[in-house]
Amino acid sequence: MQLITTMLLDGLSYASYLFIVSVGLTIIFGVMKILNVAHGAFYAWGAYGAAYTIGLASDNDWPDWIGFVLIFGSAILVGLILGAIIERVILRKMYHEEEVLIVLATFGIFLILEDIILLVFGVNPYFAYQPMALLGSIKMGGIIRDVYSLTLFGLAILVALGCWYGLNKTKWGKLLSVVIYDREVSLAMGINVQMVYLVTFILGATLGALGGAYIAPTISVAPGFGIDVIVLSFAVVVIGGMGSIPGALIGALMVGILRAIAVHKFPEFELFVIFGVMAVVLMIRPEGLFAPEKARRI
Amino acid sequence: MLGRTVLAGGALAAAAAAGPAIAKDTINVGIATFLSGPAAGPFGVPGRNGAELVIDAINAGTLPAPYAKAGFAGAKMNPIFVDEAGGNAKQVGEYRNLVEKRGVDAVLGYISSGTCMAVTPVAEELKKLTILSVCGTPRVFEEAQRTYVFRTQAHAVGDSIAAAHYVLDKFKDMKSYTGINQNYAWGQDSYKFFDVAMQKMAPETKASENPQFPKIFAGQYGTEISTLSLDSAKLVHTSFWGGDIEAFVLQALVRGFFNDKQVISSVGGSAVDSLGKKFPDGVVMGTRGEYGLLVRDNKEPLNAWFVEEYKKRYDAYPLGPSYQYANSVLALKIAMDAAAEKAGGFPNQEQTMAALKGLSWQSFGGKISLSLADGHQAVHPVGYGITKWDKEKGAATAVDVKFYQPECIYAPAGQNSVEWLEAGMPGAKC
Amino acid sequence: MVATAWNDKTIRWAVIGFGLLAAAGWLLPTWILNNVMFGLARGLAVLGLLVLWRTGLVSFGHALYFGLGAYAVALLEKYTGLTDVFVKFGAAILVAGAFGFLLGFVLRNYRAIFFAMLSLAFSMVLYGVLVKMEVLGSTDGFSVTQYTIFGWDPEGKYPLFCFIILACVVALTIVQLYLKSALGALTTAIRDNELRVEYLGYSVARAIHIKYLISACLAGAAGGAMAMALGQVDPDSMVNWTVSGELVFITIMSGAGSVVAPFIGAIVFEFLRTYAFELAPQAWQLIVGGTLLAIIFFLPGGIWSVLEKPWAKRETDNG
Repeated sequence: MQLITTMLLDGLSYASYLFIVSVGLTIIFGVMKILNVAHGAFYAWGAYGAAYTIGLASDNDWPDWIGFVLIFGSAILVGLILGAIIERVILRKMYHEEEVLIVLATFGIFLILEDIILLVFGVNPYFAYQPMALLGSIKMGGIIRDVYSLTLFGLAILVALGCWYGLNKTKWGKLLSVVIYDREVSLAMGINVQMVYLVTFILGATLGALGGAYIAPTISVAPGFGIDVIVLSFAVVVIGGMGSIPGALIGALMVGILRAIAVHKFPEFELFVIFGVMAVVLMIRPEGLFAPEKARRI
Repeated sequence: MLGRTVLAGGALAAAAAAGPAIAKDTINVGIATFLSGPAAGPFGVPGRNGAELVIDAINAGTLPAPYAKAGFAGAKMNPIFVDEAGGNAKQVGEYRNLVEKRGVDAVLGYISSGTCMAVTPVAEELKKLTILSVCGTPRVFEEAQRTYVFRTQAHAVGDSIAAAHYVLDKFKDMKSYTGINQNYAWGQDSYKFFDVAMQKMAPETKASENPQFPKIFAGQYGTEISTLSLDSAKLVHTSFWGGDIEAFVLQALVRGFFNDKQVISSVGGSAVDSLGKKFPDGVVMGTRGEYGLLVRDNKEPLNAWFVEEYKKRYDAYPLGPSYQYANSVLALKIAMDAAAEKAGGFPNQEQTMAALKGLSWQSFGGKISLSLADGHQAVHPVGYGITKWDKEKGAATAVDVKFYQPECIYAPAGQNSVEWLEAGMPGAKC
Repeated sequence: MVATAWNDKTIRWAVIGFGLLAAAGWLLPTWILNNVMFGLARGLAVLGLLVLWRTGLVSFGHALYFGLGAYAVALLEKYTGLTDVFVKFGAAILVAGAFGFLLGFVLRNYRAIFFAMLSLAFSMVLYGVLVKMEVLGSTDGFSVTQYTIFGWDPEGKYPLFCFIILACVVALTIVQLYLKSALGALTTAIRDNELRVEYLGYSVARAIHIKYLISACLAGAAGGAMAMALGQVDPDSMVNWTVSGELVFITIMSGAGSVVAPFIGAIVFEFLRTYAFELAPQAWQLIVGGTLLAIIFFLPGGIWSVLEKPWAKRETDNG
C-alpha cells in the first residue's frame, strides 16, 4: 500500500513536471502548426531568469517569498521578449514555407539562444533553492516529500484550467479555434491572423519559460540542460496528440505514472518508458490520443 | 604513402627519426576540455584554469622549486584550447584537425572516458604524444598496449575500491548499501566496481536489489529519492557529478534524505563549493586523488602554491580537474626538461616519450607514478573525507580524511584490473 | 544498364567529379582527406533522406539506421574479426535494410510530423538499448581499428577514401535511375496529392515502403562508412536524436535539386563545423545555428540552388 501511494505521488509529481514543460509546445503547434525546437531554449532562459533574479534577491536579503513573484515575473519577461522577437523577425516570414523548414529554423534559433546563454551567464551553475527551502517538507505515505514539488501539481492544474477557460470561454479562444480550423477563411473574414499568431507564440514561449522558471529552484541551472527537455516534451505532446491540451495532460499522466512504476519496480526499463509508450501509442492511434480533427482535402 | 605523409605537415615525424630536433622557442599543445555543455562548469573550466595557471607559471619560470626553470625544455608553451563537447565522433575529427591541420606538438586533456577511448587509437595512428588528464576508464590501457598515449590520472577501479575501504573503515555497522548513478558507462562502472569491492571485502554486507540508474542530466530525481528512501539500505553510493549531484542534493536535502542515509560521492566535489553552506555536512566525498577539497589545508609547498595562486587568479578554490590538468602539463615539462638534458639539445618526440615513460614525480597533488601499462598509466593515492561547513572560515572543509596507497587499490602491473578485482584483489597491501 | 546510366547527364558528371576527387585525394593533406571522407559518408545518409524528402516525408530518426550500420561494422570486427571493407559494408546495409523493411510496414502509414516523430521514437528506443547494454559498449562504444580489402591490409586512409567514393558513385547512380523510373516518378505525385495517385491505381503505401527501404539502406551504408572512416562508434555520435537532426540539417542545406547535392552539402557542413569550432571554441553552435537560419532565409533551395543555374544554362546550351 505504501509503495502504491508512493508510486502514485511520484508519478503525479513527475507528470505535473512533464505537463508544465510541454504545454507551451502543444499550444504553439496546435495554432501555428510549428514544432518549436526553440522551446528548449525558452525553458532554459526561463530557468536562468528565475535563478539569476532569485540569487540577486537573496544577496540583498529580500524575503524568500519574493522568489515566487520572480519566477512568474521572469517567465513572462522571457516569453514576451524572446517570443515577440522570434515571431516577428523570423517566423513571420516563414509561414508559407514547408513544416520541416520551420522546424529547422527553430532548431537554428535554439542553437543560437543556447550559446548566448553561455556567453551571458558563463559555465558556472546558478541556484535558486530559496523557494523550495521556504516551503519545507511534509510526511506523506510514510516518506518525507518536499512541498514545492507538490505545488507543481497545483500549478499544472492551474495552467490546464486556465488554458481550458481561455480557449473555450473567451472571445480570444473562439478566434483561435477559427484560425486553427482554417487560416485562409479566417483571413477572409477579417480576423487579424498575424496578431493571433503573435499572441499565441508569446503565450507558448511564456509557458515554456514558466516551466523552466518553476523547475529552477529544484535543480542546478547550468549550460546545456534545456536540450533534454526538447525530446521529453515532444514525446509527451506526440503521445497526447499534437496540439491538444487535454492530450498533453493525459500523455504526461501516462508517462509519469508508468515511469514511477518502472523506477520502483523495474529500474532497467526506465529509459524505455517514454519512447516505448510513444511508439505503442502512435502505432495504435497514429495521430496521438487526442488529435484535433483535420479537414480532408482532395 | 610517404609522399602524403610529408605533405601532411609530417615534417616533425620525419625529424623524429633523425637525432635531436631543432631547438624551438614555442611548442603548440592542443588542450581538450569541456568549454560548453553541462561538464564545463564542474570539470572543463576548472581544468582549463588549472592548465592555464601552470602553463603561464612555467613559461615565466615562476613555479616553486624544483620546477623553477622556465619553459618546456626552454620553449614556451602556446596552448590551443578546444571544446570537448559534442560527442566522441566529433572529438575524433577534432583530434585529427589538431594534429594534421594545426600541427600541434602534443595533445593534453580529455575528461570523458568515452572520448579518451575514441581518441586513443587515433593518437596511435597519427603517432602523436597524447597525455590524458581526467578520464577514468581502465579500458584505455588494458585493451591494448599504447605507445604514444599516457595518462597522469589513476583509473576508476581504484576510486571505487578506496570508497569501499573508507566505508568499511568508518561505518562498521553498515549492513547494506545501494546506489544512484547516471545511466552511462561512468556511472554503471563506478557502481559495479564499488559493488564488487564491497562483496569481496565484506561478503556479509547486502547489496540492494534496486540500485538506481537515472538518465544522465535528468535533473528530476523525485521518484528515485522515494525509491531510495523506501530501500532498507542506509548507505547510498553515487558517482553523480556537476549539475546532477547539485540537483540531487537540493531535492534530497528538503526531504530530509541526509538525516536518514549515509551518502558517499566519488566525484561530486564541485557541488561542495558551488552549494557552499547549503551542502549538507556528513557526506563522504572523494576527489580521485590528493586533490581539491581533501588537501585544501595541506601545507606541502607545491600544493600550497597551487591553491594560493589559483585562488588569487580565479577567485575560487581549485577542484580535482584543476589539479589533474595542471599535473599533465607539469609531467610534460618534467619529461621534456629531462629529455633535453639527456639529448643535449631540444628533445624530439621519441626522446620526450622515453623520459615520460615510467616517470615518478612530485605533483601539485602528491606523488604520481606512471607505473602501470609499461610506464604509461599513473597510480597515486586516492582518498575520501567527510564534508563539514566551517562557519568561521565561511568555507567547505573535509574531516576524517583518509588516503589509500596505490598498492592497496590498484592491480599489479600487467594484470587486468576488473579481473583482479573480481578475483578478490590478490596481493593488495593495505 | 551501364549505357543508360552513362546517358544520364547527372550520373556522367558525378562519375567524372568523383573520379577527380579520388585522384585529388592522393595529394590532399590528411585532415582535408578526413573531412571530405566524413562528409561523403554522411552524404550517403543525406541522399537517403533526399529520396524521402522528394515525397514530402522527413524522418527525425534516421540515426536509427545510421547507428545500426555503424554498430554492424563495429560488432562484426569485435566478435568475428572480419575486417574486409566489402563484408563490413555489406553487413551494415543488410542490417539497416532488414530493420528498415520491417519498420517500413508501420511507418508507411504515417505522414508529415507523425512520420517524423514515430521515426524519432524508434531511434530513441535503439539509443536506450545501446546505453543500457554493456556488451554493446554502453555509452563508451568501441573503436573500429582495422580494415582490409580482399586480404590486403593497406596503410593509411587513402584506400578507404577511394572505397567510400566508389560506394557514393554506386549509390548515386542507383538513386538517380530509381528517381527517373516510373516508380520514382511517383515521388512528387505522392507529395502533391496522395489520393489522386491512389485513384490512378498505384499503391501509395507500397511506393513509400520502397523509398523507406532505400533510405534505410543508404543510412546504414553511411553509418558503416562513418564507423570505418572515424574508427569509433558510440550511441551519442551515431544514434542520438541530434544525429538525426544533423542529417536533416544537411539535407535542407544541400537542397533537394539533385542527387549530387547531398554530397556537396555534407562536405560543406563538415568544413563549416571544423572552422566554426576553430574560430569560436565557445560559440561554435552559434555559428552553425546562424548559418542554418541564413540558408533557410537567403538560400531556400539549399546550396544546390546556387549551382543549379549554371548547370541549367549548360543544359539549354547543349540541347
